[in-house]
Amino acid sequence: MEINKKSQAGSLESSDLMVYVEPFNEIKIEVESSVSSQHTEEIRSLILNELEMRKINGVYVKIQDNGAMNLTIKARLKTALLRGAKNGN
Amino acid sequence: MEIRLRRTMLYIPGNNPGMLQIADIFGADSVLFDLEDSVPHSEKDSARDLVSNMIKYRAYENIEITVRVNPLNTPYFEDDVKEIIAAKKLQAIRLPKTNRAEDVDKLAKLIGKYEKENEIAIGTINIHPMIETALGVENAFSIATSSVRVNAITIGGQDLTADMGIAKTKSGEEILWARSRIVMAAKAARIDAVDTIFADINDKNGLIEETRLIKKLGFTGKAVINPRQIEPIHKIFTPTEKEILWAQEVIETYDKGLKEGKGVIALRGKMIDPPVVKRAEKIITISKLGK
Repeated sequence: MEINKKSQAGSLESSDLMVYVEPFNEIKIEVESSVSSQHTEEIRSLILNELEMRKINGVYVKIQDNGAMNLTIKARLKTALLRGAKNGN
Repeated sequence: MEIRLRRTMLYIPGNNPGMLQIADIFGADSVLFDLEDSVPHSEKDSARDLVSNMIKYRAYENIEITVRVNPLNTPYFEDDVKEIIAAKKLQAIRLPKTNRAEDVDKLAKLIGKYEKENEIAIGTINIHPMIETALGVENAFSIATSSVRVNAITIGGQDLTADMGIAKTKSGEEILWARSRIVMAAKAARIDAVDTIFADINDKNGLIEETRLIKKLGFTGKAVINPRQIEPIHKIFTPTEKEILWAQEVIETYDKGLKEGKGVIALRGKMIDPPVVKRAEKIITISKLGK
């Protein structure tokens, strides 16, 4: 999968997160979490796994987490990546 | 045939992770994850991804998992069906704006295709057609009997009155015919009939009054939009202690009468015949399921 435009998904509501993605020449992940620094690392690792699984080599991902479950993080990331991979617009 | 209580089906907006992740704690008999009216067009994809992941990874307990997809004539319909079936733990799909049996047929074919692709036993996922147009009401029985997957039909009051060009009132006289028609179709098809929502979440008395009415008409349950609406509805649809005692007495008296070879069996001067026994047995079944 190739990310060719900026996109985002999610919200800043409690139990949710904002995911921003944009094209980049390598993998860069930035995480802010309202929960804890340990959780920040867990999210980073989860994002990295998801990117590897989708064979994405170049993307900048920024996360603003507000206590989301892992399954929510995965869903929001998927939506943001699919939106960013669409051609046109 | 599956016997399950559907006294309440709790709508949860499909793009709200906070609500989705705790959907099973409120005590509803079914949850109804919504991809249609509560989700704006710009978020149809994100709600679909979120609901699919919730069904797949969140271990919901003791609750029926259903999803209201977007209507057949929208660009979201097939993706909705495909993704939520791939999550593998779905029990039923609510099809909004079902106008005719052919609509159910289209969905049933699609479900079959994705059940096969996901190695789910064919026939696992049920269909709950939502009747919310005048045409749908007129076709209620053919919709109710259109597929073996249909085990409940439902009515959508707001859209129906909009289609009829009239206002939806709290007292609901304007949809009495449609409710009765849908219940009769469901009874004839031997499936459940689930009523429309009661929109005013602050009017508990109004909710109780409406629930008593729809129970009398023959509905087996009601869709709800707020967890606060669950308990009053369950109370009305759950047999009282007095009804349970009466039912036990009817069954015991009837069994005893049969053993004694009596032609006419009566309880305190009132004749007990098979329809009365059937009603008593239903009360006992519901009381056991509702515990």
